[in-house]
Amino acid sequence: MITFGDPFDTLFNLQRALEGRLESDWLQDQTTSQGPFPPINVFQQGDDILAIIELPGVEKDSLQIQAKENTIRIAGKKVITYPEGVSIHRRERTFGEFDRTLSLPVQLDPDRIKAEYRDGILALYLPRSERDKPRAIQIS
Amino acid sequence: MASTQELQVQKKRELENKEETTIPARVFLPASDIFEGENDLTVVLEMPGVEKNNVDIRVEDGVLNVEGRLDLTKYQGLKPLYTEYNIGHYSRSFRLSSKIDQNKIAAELKDGILTLKLPKAEEAKPRTIQVK
Repeated sequence: MITFGDPFDTLFNLQRALEGRLESDWLQDQTTSQGPFPPINVFQQGDDILAIIELPGVEKDSLQIQAKENTIRIAGKKVITYPEGVSIHRRERTFGEFDRTLSLPVQLDPDRIKAEYRDGILALYLPRSERDKPRAIQIS
Repeated sequence: MASTQELQVQKKRELENKEETTIPARVFLPASDIFEGENDLTVVLEMPGVEKNNVDIRVEDGVLNVEGRLDLTKYQGLKPLYTEYNIGHYSRSFRLSSKIDQNKIAAELKDGILTLKLPKAEEAKPRTIQVK
């Protein structure tokens, strides 16, 4: 029944790569525990960091993002309203408030951080600060 | 009370198909709300990352079929460092209990939430029966 137009192995390989990083200790030094809402995936994009967060149905205006040298705070509210007088058959979606702080093991450049919310996905572009970037050392 | 509720992470449920797909990639079940009003049935599905053009909605033999595909090109060139959730296409089917006027199904996608309004067919609307 399911027909996908895109190359299958791309998705499979991506899913396996994501699975493989579930046990990653990349964020193990942070004080906040793993697992609070919202779930976050962190990627490397060139020298910089890209965090992708699934937040379906959140009002853009309720999203608050704060950044410091190596911490990011994401807070917001998800509201679900049902019209009056309906009978509810199924209720699986969750709602409420969230507030999560993420400490990254790299120094960020807070002035160049960009956030984009589209199709229920929050993407945070987190550029590494220049002094944190690796430098090639010339051997004299 | 509802406003102070803290959001919990919902574990993504995987689609369990009667038929297996020929590809090994995983497909997820979108979390759904369904409610019935006097004139229509509303189905709300959470499909973060799915764009309008990649949604497929069908009603066949009284079964509503919804599929949403992710745009994987956005993940090109990204190297996972740390992950907490997996991604995949979405698929879900519901057997509809009441007759639906298929020509009038309306769909809206906003912020990763797909809302389907399925108007009940005339004969399926409840009638008040007068007792003589």
